[in-house]
Amino acid sequence: MAARADALALPRARRSAAPGLGIGLSTLYLSVIVLLPLAALAWRAHGWDAIGSDQAVAALKLTLFASFAVALINAVAGTAIAWTLVRDRFFGQSFVNALVDLPFALPTIVAGLTLLALYGPKSPAAVDVAFTRWAVVLALLFVTLPFVVRTVQPVLLELDTEMEDAAASLGASRVATFRRVILPNILPAILSGVALAFARAVGEFGAVVLISGNLPFKTEVASVYVFGRIESGDPGGAAAASVVILGISFGVLLAIGGVRRWATRHDR
Amino acid sequence: MTGRYAVRFASLAYLAVLLAAPVGYVFWRTFEHGFSPAWHAVTAPDALHALKVTLILACIAVPLNTIFGVLAALAIVRHRFPGAGVFNAVVDLPLALSPVVVGLALLILYGRGGWLGGHGVVFAVPGMVLATIFVSLPFVVREVVPVLREIGTEQEQAAATLGASAVQTFWRVTWPAIRWATAYGVVLTTARALGEFGAVSVVSGHLAGQTESLTLYVQDRYQSFDEVGAYASAVVLALIAVATLVLMTTLKPKEETR
Repeated sequence: MAARADALALPRARRSAAPGLGIGLSTLYLSVIVLLPLAALAWRAHGWDAIGSDQAVAALKLTLFASFAVALINAVAGTAIAWTLVRDRFFGQSFVNALVDLPFALPTIVAGLTLLALYGPKSPAAVDVAFTRWAVVLALLFVTLPFVVRTVQPVLLELDTEMEDAAASLGASRVATFRRVILPNILPAILSGVALAFARAVGEFGAVVLISGNLPFKTEVASVYVFGRIESGDPGGAAAASVVILGISFGVLLAIGGVRRWATRHDR
Repeated sequence: MTGRYAVRFASLAYLAVLLAAPVGYVFWRTFEHGFSPAWHAVTAPDALHALKVTLILACIAVPLNTIFGVLAALAIVRHRFPGAGVFNAVVDLPLALSPVVVGLALLILYGRGGWLGGHGVVFAVPGMVLATIFVSLPFVVREVVPVLREIGTEQEQAAATLGASAVQTFWRVTWPAIRWATAYGVVLTTARALGEFGAVSVVSGHLAGQTESLTLYVQDRYQSFDEVGAYASAVVLALIAVATLVLMTTLKPKEETR
């Protein structure tokens, strides 16, 4: 019914000049702010041999491995946190729920600084990971924490407990119930959260830059490599490496779209 | 039952080790020797100037992105136009791009030898404004689009049938329905605008007292071995983040129970 009303409303809306103006203005804004700079970037990308350099390959490899590890850890930790927030009851739960969003609100450079303060050379806990690959993973875990939690939480909230009760009454163990009943329902949400976390991790800069030490071949991630190329006056090489990062982010975004379509395949 | 406690304990321990402890520790270190060293650090001339730059960036980026966000959301949901799919995808782009790549793109476009080069945009505040607008662009659109989809067009049609103009319909019917979503989007936009580091860092040129925003100032202080200055300005940004969180949690239920 609503769809029919929509279709009927369209010709009327089109007659007015206002929507055309709105579309025109927002398209112009989007083109000037987003598309024009990216077009310039693509146009300027040369020095592709720089991408094949050992340093660039090392940076890209580290970025992909670290992001992949971080995505996997998030799949487990994020699901557990979402579970705790939805199915558990304890004092201070709403505070914990708000705390999960902190990495979205906190500037990344502040995130990096706080990790460096507690887990750096002057660590009061005697845990010093600064300038190691662990530091890269730690920083990426901090900034990507909310993604899986926030995609899984609403699905868990809507999931009926009746199916679980039925499974339990049929003699399924808790582990079997989780694996056979709950997991298939929340898997698309986990995957899409994991993909978002991965995409974010691939491009991360601010959180990593202080704590990783940016040692080429050891702790230098792709964004930091691009930053280094800019600083040393090689915008062409920086642009070429950027296009590679862009390609990865795009691929992940497309994959998320694919996961969403797969997840809603029964709804249509 | 032990399973439930194990999951709870593991989740809370993870959050404590990764989030609460580091942030809490920096707060403690900042106020370790009382309030006054921290106050002196954040009221130093360069710190105040950095705060001013940050506020300028937000005060330009947030209103522009809010107006764009509402217009773009209306365009996406209410109208069919050629290239709507591409439009939708481009709006999401800034969420997926590395901030350094954003900064580099602006540097190439407005820098020496660029298509629009030579107008004093890069290594100056205008470039930082453009970078901030770029990275904080999608939030209002993303919050308003689902609400517009949900409310449908019946009330707007009724208003039009009763002789309301497009402008009247928007202010009397559409706007009251989307204002909380817009407000929530504005909060997210503001948080991102105040906290942006990578994109701004590439185009700023890092001139202390001139083109340094508060996030750049934090890095500058840390690298100059001024821990008190770095921690104190980080705490200012963290307090803004906490205020954002409070606003987010107070605005969200209104949207859900509407």
